[in-house]
Amino acid sequence: MKALVSVKRVVDYNVRVQVKSDGSGVITEGVKHSMNPFDEIAMEEAVRLKEKGKLTEIVAITIGGAKNEETLRSALAFGADRAIHIKEEGDVQPLTAARAFAAALKKEGAQVFFAGKQAIDDDANQTGQMVAALLDIAQATFASKVELDGGKAVVTREVDAGLETLEVDLPAVITTDLRLNEPRYLKLPDIMKAKKKPIETVTFADLGVEKGAALTISKTSAPPKRSKGIMVKTVDELVSALKSKGLV
Amino acid sequence: MSVETPVERDVMEYDVLIVGAGPSGLAAACKLKQIAAEKGAEISVCVVEKGSEVGAHILSGAVFEPRALNELFPNWKELGAPLNAPVVRDELHLFYSPQKSFKFLNFMIPSPMHNEGNYVISLGNLCRWLAQQAESLGVEIYPGFAAQEVLIDEQNVVRGVQIGDLGVGHDGKPKDGVYAPGMELRAKYTLFSEGCRGHLGKRLIQQYQLESKDAPQHYGIGLKELWEIDPAKHEKGLVVHGAGWPLQAFGTEATGGSFLYHLENNQVVVGLIVDLSYSNPFLSPFDEFQRFKHHPVIAKYLEGGKRLSYGARALVKGGLDALPKLVFPGGALIGDDAGMLNYSKIKGSHTAMKSGMLAAEAVAERLLAGSEGGDVLNGYPEKFKASWLYDELYRSRNFGAVLHKFGALIGGTINWIEQNIFGGKAPWHFRDLKKDHETLKPAAQSQKIVYPKPDGKLSFDKLSSVFLSSTNHEEDQPVHLRLKDPSIPIGRNLPLYDEPAQRYCPAGVYEVVTAATGDKRFQINAQNCVHCKTCDIKDPSQNITWVAPEGNGGPNYPNM
Ligand SMILES: Cc1cc2nc3c(=O)[nH]c(=O)nc-3n(C[C@H](O)[C@H](O)[C@H](O)COP(=O)(O)OP(=O)(O)OC[C@H]3O[C@@H](n4cnc5c(N)ncnc54)[C@H](O)[C@@H]3O)c2cc1C
Ligand code: SF4
Repeated sequence: MKALVSVKRVVDYNVRVQVKSDGSGVITEGVKHSMNPFDEIAMEEAVRLKEKGKLTEIVAITIGGAKNEETLRSALAFGADRAIHIKEEGDVQPLTAARAFAAALKKEGAQVFFAGKQAIDDDANQTGQMVAALLDIAQATFASKVELDGGKAVVTREVDAGLETLEVDLPAVITTDLRLNEPRYLKLPDIMKAKKKPIETVTFADLGVEKGAALTISKTSAPPKRSKGIMVKTVDELVSALKSKGLV
Repeated sequence: MSVETPVERDVMEYDVLIVGAGPSGLAAACKLKQIAAEKGAEISVCVVEKGSEVGAHILSGAVFEPRALNELFPNWKELGAPLNAPVVRDELHLFYSPQKSFKFLNFMIPSPMHNEGNYVISLGNLCRWLAQQAESLGVEIYPGFAAQEVLIDEQNVVRGVQIGDLGVGHDGKPKDGVYAPGMELRAKYTLFSEGCRGHLGKRLIQQYQLESKDAPQHYGIGLKELWEIDPAKHEKGLVVHGAGWPLQAFGTEATGGSFLYHLENNQVVVGLIVDLSYSNPFLSPFDEFQRFKHHPVIAKYLEGGKRLSYGARALVKGGLDALPKLVFPGGALIGDDAGMLNYSKIKGSHTAMKSGMLAAEAVAERLLAGSEGGDVLNGYPEKFKASWLYDELYRSRNFGAVLHKFGALIGGTINWIEQNIFGGKAPWHFRDLKKDHETLKPAAQSQKIVYPKPDGKLSFDKLSSVFLSSTNHEEDQPVHLRLKDPSIPIGRNLPLYDEPAQRYCPAGVYEVVTAATGDKRFQINAQNCVHCKTCDIKDPSQNITWVAPEGNGGPNYPNM
């Protein structure tokens, strides 16, 4: 059974993101990028399933410019067998990405599409769901446990009320949540081997996908600075402080 | 030095291994591949870098002199090297009070401080670009992997390095499921390019007794911030240097210099370099830097601007007199791991590159002659002696010592005469023989320094600053700041020097914590460390040893 895993190149989670002074976005030039952490979890899960013999092939896929090759090399070092690079320099919105992934999924005949539940740059949390909708296949989002058996996947998902277990028919989309696993350290020998694994380059046109902009971003601004708190010593003080601010 | 191997380690072999992807290491890598291509030969080259990516741990000024780059890539413009802000103007100020300063006229500026033909750059970005060139020439670069040990065989020959283990817990025990033993990288020749106070370079200098017999090495700590300023105040390519306040203009006990450079995109960098020969244990380089930004000459640019990043890094400034022997069996020191920086210009990136290129030529000659490696690369010091690099360092050999001995004003005057009248070949020679860790006076004989509170606009506290360096370390790992004797900070350094680590560390790693009982404890917040190496240099008891933490750890500098 084959799995397709999408991996996005995002500003690294350690970077203190700065808003551009003209409000047109955040500063991405010169700052460190790496694989979206939820996608690392997706990669890790796929690799574990392959190690358990539940998957036979893992294909990593990304959309972006030349630098995305690094992200694919990381995916290959995790244990993907090969990779597909959809070359596209500009911004890509979730719907366009979903169309491209749906087309690739079909072309590859993969049974499972793994994606992070969201990317930490735009936090859109849409792509996986849209892929499922476009292909009219099942989806299991926010997975905290995944089992593959025959033609089915049993997925435990984190919901507000606790845990929910779904059984879905394959092919299906599975998006991964934080607690699904702890991704492994990439080992130097694996990174060395990854340099030799194949990456296929395609374009939106090759996949028959038209790039569209369904959304426009009008302004980006930093969250308001939190004002300094005050320390209260007793409950009475707390109550009177809240009262004086008109909060109770 | 090599550890016994309790675990099975993967091994990879290369012709040349390079430790550290700074300008020296990357220039050496490119040069090796260029020579190989020219001669139609194969030379395999591997570079390891402890930062999470190339450039993540690079912090410099930087006014860049393109001389070595011109030699390495004459077509660097076409190749898109990030040299975008040619220097348009030089200013040199003597700050003699928090408000007042004297601006030198152009003819009074010593010639090494003239910057026509130079560029204001981000050295981090230049390294990122050099790494791309190296990779397209066929160099393998592995960021996120720190060289932890030198592999030395029974014949006392350096055979490569061992990469640090990943997934070791705080207690030193492998963590379940994630432990990954570090690989052994072996090579015919290993070039160490770790920059100032490399932790393996330091050990090699001891092991092979490479230290200069003429003078001890000297260091400074450079603190730097990147700002975005009001476009109306921005003058791309403007270079402002300063001496004096907040350090001493006339005294010799706290010397150093300051800089403010205008990059492209309305960005400026501002920085203060404090010579680590300072003597008052209450001095805090961080707080000196913060108050420095309030000087009107500097504040006028920064006011209304926004701070984007912060960081610090030690720099090496002993020059030619302090330069260690460069070679040992199986390898060499290049760049600031040796100490190639020219302090009279505060420039070390072109000298780092040139030394890397010279070492690369020497290595290539041996390999092309069929050498199996492990021998002493004598060709490198020979080429060095015959190069412009040696000549340049020779001309400025007095600079650091003169400033230490005479202070900024008089020392600066001597330097002016030396550089402008004698062209750097003055008939005198000064040396500074006291090591930087020996200069502190006891706290009891020193005056406490009260620093102004940061205003949150121009000046900031340490923690919010470290935050902007995007520093991160895996928390559950052994402390990478090793104390030879854990009792010294509280037992000796505290009573004698009021434990200066609390102040010289620019990242707030060291704290003396007093418990409710009054007991004092030395706390090391290792996850804040920005890898500047100051503690390894300045600790008066030489009790702190910096070792590489788990790969990827440390700052994530943008264009610093
Ligand atoms: C504040 C400041 C201002 C400066 N201003 C200027 C200027 O204006 N112009 C100028 O020309 N020069 C300037 N310099 C000096 C210049 O930055 C250095 O001389 C130059 O960076 C030295 O290059 P290098 O390759 O020797 O070392 P570095 O640039 O320090 O690079 C060393 C690299 O090796 C990596 N490394 C270290 N140890 C290991 C290990 N064990 N394993 C793996 N990787 C490792 C480090 O992470 C780093 O990436 C300045 C320096 C400072 C601190
Ligand atoms: S702990 Fe040492 S190396 Fe780390 S930031 Fe502090 S002084 Fe620099």
